Amino acid sequence: MFVTLVNHLTSDTFASLPGFGVELVLCATIVVILLARMFPFSERIDSTWLALVGTMVALGVLSPLAPWDISQSPARMVAMGDLPRVEIFTGMLIHDGFSVVIKTFLLAFLLLFFALVKLTHAHRKPDSPDFTTLVLGSALGMCLMVSANHMLMIFLAIEMASVPSYAMVAMHRHDRKGSEAALKYAVYGAGTAGVMLYGISLLCGMLNSAHLPTMAFRLAEMATAGMSPAESVILVMAALMILVGIAFKLSAVPFHQWCPDVFEGATAEVGAFLSVASKAAALALLVRMAVGLTCLESAPQMLVEWSTSSAGNVAFESVSLDSVRHFVAWVIAAMAAVTCTFGNLAAFAQTNIKRLLAYSTIAHAGYMMMAVPAVLALVSIDPVAAGQCGGYLGLYIAVYLLMNLGAFAVVAMVRDVTGSEEIRDYAGLIHRSKSLTICLTVMLVSLVGLPPLAGFIGKFAVFAGLARGYLASGETYLVALLVIGCVNTAVSLFYYLRIVKAMTIDATDAETAAMRSSPSILQTGYLWCLTVPVLVLIVGWDFLNVWIQQAVRGLVS
Amino acid sequence: MDNLAQFIVTSLIFTPVVGAIVLLFFPSENKSLLRWFTLLITMLVLLPTLWIALPGNNAVSFQIADAGVQNVVQTSWIPSFDIQFFLGIDGISFPLLLLTALISCLAMGASWTIDKYVKSYCVLYLLLLAGMMGVFLSLDFFLFYIFWEVMLLPMYFLIGVWGGPRKEYAAIKFFLYTLFGSVLMLIALLMLYFNSDLRQLSVEQLATAQIAAWDEAGQLISVEEYKTQIDASEYPVHTFNILALQQLGQHTDVFDQTLLLGKSIQWWAFVLLFIGFIIKVPSVPLHTWLPDAHVEAPTPISMILAGVLLKMGGYGIVRICYPICPDAGYDLVWVVCSIGVISMVYGAFAALAQTDFKRMVAYSSVSHMGYVVLGLGVWSATAGTVFDPVSWSMGVKGALFQMIGHGISSAGMFFMVGVIYDRVHHRDLNQFGGLYGKMPVYTAMAMLLFFAGLGLPGLCGFIGEVFVVLSVWKLSATLAAISAAVVILTAAYILWAIQRVYLGAEYRGPHPEELSEINLREMVIALPLCILAVVLGVFPATMFRYMDATVDQQVADLVEWTEDVKLPKLRTEREEAAEKDVAANAP
Repeated sequence: MFVTLVNHLTSDTFASLPGFGVELVLCATIVVILLARMFPFSERIDSTWLALVGTMVALGVLSPLAPWDISQSPARMVAMGDLPRVEIFTGMLIHDGFSVVIKTFLLAFLLLFFALVKLTHAHRKPDSPDFTTLVLGSALGMCLMVSANHMLMIFLAIEMASVPSYAMVAMHRHDRKGSEAALKYAVYGAGTAGVMLYGISLLCGMLNSAHLPTMAFRLAEMATAGMSPAESVILVMAALMILVGIAFKLSAVPFHQWCPDVFEGATAEVGAFLSVASKAAALALLVRMAVGLTCLESAPQMLVEWSTSSAGNVAFESVSLDSVRHFVAWVIAAMAAVTCTFGNLAAFAQTNIKRLLAYSTIAHAGYMMMAVPAVLALVSIDPVAAGQCGGYLGLYIAVYLLMNLGAFAVVAMVRDVTGSEEIRDYAGLIHRSKSLTICLTVMLVSLVGLPPLAGFIGKFAVFAGLARGYLASGETYLVALLVIGCVNTAVSLFYYLRIVKAMTIDATDAETAAMRSSPSILQTGYLWCLTVPVLVLIVGWDFLNVWIQQAVRGLVS
Repeated sequence: MDNLAQFIVTSLIFTPVVGAIVLLFFPSENKSLLRWFTLLITMLVLLPTLWIALPGNNAVSFQIADAGVQNVVQTSWIPSFDIQFFLGIDGISFPLLLLTALISCLAMGASWTIDKYVKSYCVLYLLLLAGMMGVFLSLDFFLFYIFWEVMLLPMYFLIGVWGGPRKEYAAIKFFLYTLFGSVLMLIALLMLYFNSDLRQLSVEQLATAQIAAWDEAGQLISVEEYKTQIDASEYPVHTFNILALQQLGQHTDVFDQTLLLGKSIQWWAFVLLFIGFIIKVPSVPLHTWLPDAHVEAPTPISMILAGVLLKMGGYGIVRICYPICPDAGYDLVWVVCSIGVISMVYGAFAALAQTDFKRMVAYSSVSHMGYVVLGLGVWSATAGTVFDPVSWSMGVKGALFQMIGHGISSAGMFFMVGVIYDRVHHRDLNQFGGLYGKMPVYTAMAMLLFFAGLGLPGLCGFIGEVFVVLSVWKLSATLAAISAAVVILTAAYILWAIQRVYLGAEYRGPHPEELSEINLREMVIALPLCILAVVLGVFPATMFRYMDATVDQQVADLVEWTEDVKLPKLRTEREEAAEKDVAANAP
């Protein structure tokens, strides 16, 4: 018995490793960077270069266009559409198209992010190795979040992603604002993590498992047998508490208060990292949990067949989970609507551009969360369409990555040359630097979601998902979400345009912070590299959509 | 399909885009070079359009006898969302296309007075032009939406940077209003898309809708083959093709399911689209962005706004609202017509009250565009009245002609206001007077254009108005009487303005020394407008010949739909109601 177990474990672990390549490479990069400081010859290598190389290797190992199918022995590369959903490490993690897509976005973002850090002045030596390690460590946590399949893993991953980011915010030791922001962030993070852990223990205790598919199965069992009021109260409590933890990562209202302060205190580069990578991972996790806990069909296949698994003995219909799914969808929908509206309204009053972008991040988290209720509503009606709605979220994340990083990059560069992050100091920027102005204008308008810029593609896709969900299921809250999302789009125009207006129409006056130097050619080149895709993606985004749709094919069915 | 025609149609959109990109590499100091180059690009848009308008070349020319879309350009664009790059012209879009090309060429001539940041101005101007041409050319709803929005950002900057004292307020107001309208449109677009199902259409209907599909090798497959292909499909085959959506709206019941509050999908789609379009038209009560935007915008941009942008609302209504959602259009006929009449009356009274010359012209636009909404809304087959397709046809033609006529007269009026504003730098109606003596040629041209706006017989404003008023008669004598009476108000504010500005003893306002006769450049811009105002007034057939076939066809389709679908439905409803009455009254 024991020998079988060990045999199973070894074979499972070895078979799982190819699906874990990205995380391994990231770990190795961290170790290399830390070791490099110990030797005089390697000490002088800028750790950012090492991180860039490490990320590229990780991307190569992931091979997004032809990912590794590890259910076959030996593992080999297959087309994205043929990738099966497989549990690895005895069901701790999951390896499927969705995780490959989101990890690809994360790694691509890391590449762009390290390039940005290299080009701006805020995170130069001597802290550079520490900073890079923290970023990589956080990214490692995010990769785990994306592929988590077990409550324990979910909690570990969230903490793994959060703890380094607390330190990143306080990277500049003598910056009081940064330290304050980091403290707020850490306290808030610890608090929500505690609540979440409590929720997890409640839920796992109720369902006697921490493995998502098994939990879903037990939940279906309970739902079929009929729940006592006490049981449903505990379940609802547990669900809400877990949601608190995720809402903190998503900066969803009402757990968003840390966001503006942290963004204001941290450098714009860190802001970019928190607002893009962290959100992408948190959204992926939200999809994983929402779908994993409420849809039996979404259970992945196991890598090594464990003898007596409880699931699969009795055939339950997903229908038995309808009420649970409806509740989860409803809560997420309400949260998305409030988050989106609040983020947009609060952004009106901001005078600091990083605070404004923080609220814009909150609003965008709301738009992106809207995709999840649509997925849940469609699950039992049309699983294919539900999977596609999940893909629409992926499309939004891809576009959001480009435009939000671009906006933060401009903010970082303007800070480098003027030392200011106040919107009034952007006055007349067009006369001082055309490139910065045009790039920021494009990014902001794209954030509004105005065609033909790339932001429209994401919005269009998510709204399409809502419309589809509504027409198929007839759930009124989906159409309400659609209307709220659309109206918010119109409302958000105002504050984004305020910056554009400041840059292009307003004149510089004596109080405007002067530009000490103009941005370097590399900096403007970097910005244009982000801007051009945002401008021309509309011409051919089919490949992106097709790739993502192939990847999410098995997500729900 | 001929390659040359396809190339020309596509170039109408992409010439300005390429021109804008090329302009970026020009030195920004050489202002006249930038202006001449931009003018050249607008010419390169105008000349091919004129070439299509003239008969003689079978491959390129607009076939006036052909009711369907012509010179079609169609390629697959985003297959995963069934989006196609689908352009084409027909009798509804082509006159507006001509108008757009002409007005933007003339307005570029009027842009010579723009002296600030000429390069940025020219680039934005060309992007705006590309967006406008795209809206009138695209037959794919997604593409239409993209072009619709493409115009917004250039327009924001053109008003916001080069405008008058309250330019920022006016620019953001314009942007917010239009964006609000377009997000409503986006909702409608998504609802129509996800309810559309090409499987419901017959082979002939698919062919009429110009449905094209390609196999894996990229070869165009025949409609019959495509039909068998989609019939085998398990899931609905959605489409963004506007023509296919029209066929679906008229021949199937895919848009008839109940959605919210007991109203059908097409009712909601119609309402959302209609709000989006009347913001652009603009109709009371959603018109308040217009006076601000017009007044603050520089003269050439006012010309574009009044001459072209307002027409997009009307175009959207006639191209999308009615053909796709006929049932809702039929039910809401009173709402649409009332909005039209209210706009006419309100706009005319508001124009009477203005002291700012440009603001007065702006309100006259509100009033005149009311005729367009009214003409499109006339559907004199409501329960109880005689069913009369002739007046529906007349209303649509009148509305389309009114759009062209108003495009010419209002662009001309704004230009004429701009000419004196350039000289005396104010627009206060009460401080003018006596311009006739100092600028006789200018005054003659201006009066001609103002009379065209007034709707004097023999000038271009008359035809549209009279068609619309006559067509309303069958629907409601009251509305007809009111809309006819508006002509008196129009005459009042225009004549009063003419009297205050051009007549009178002598000019007593500021800068009297600047009052010089109209110069050659201004003359070259005003002359075509004056000539067209007369020609269209005397020979309206020059425009009607393009419209007739398409409008007749569209009206015939809708008449067929009314007779086959709507009237029997109404009859059953009435009978059911009567039966219920009988049952209720039974002892």
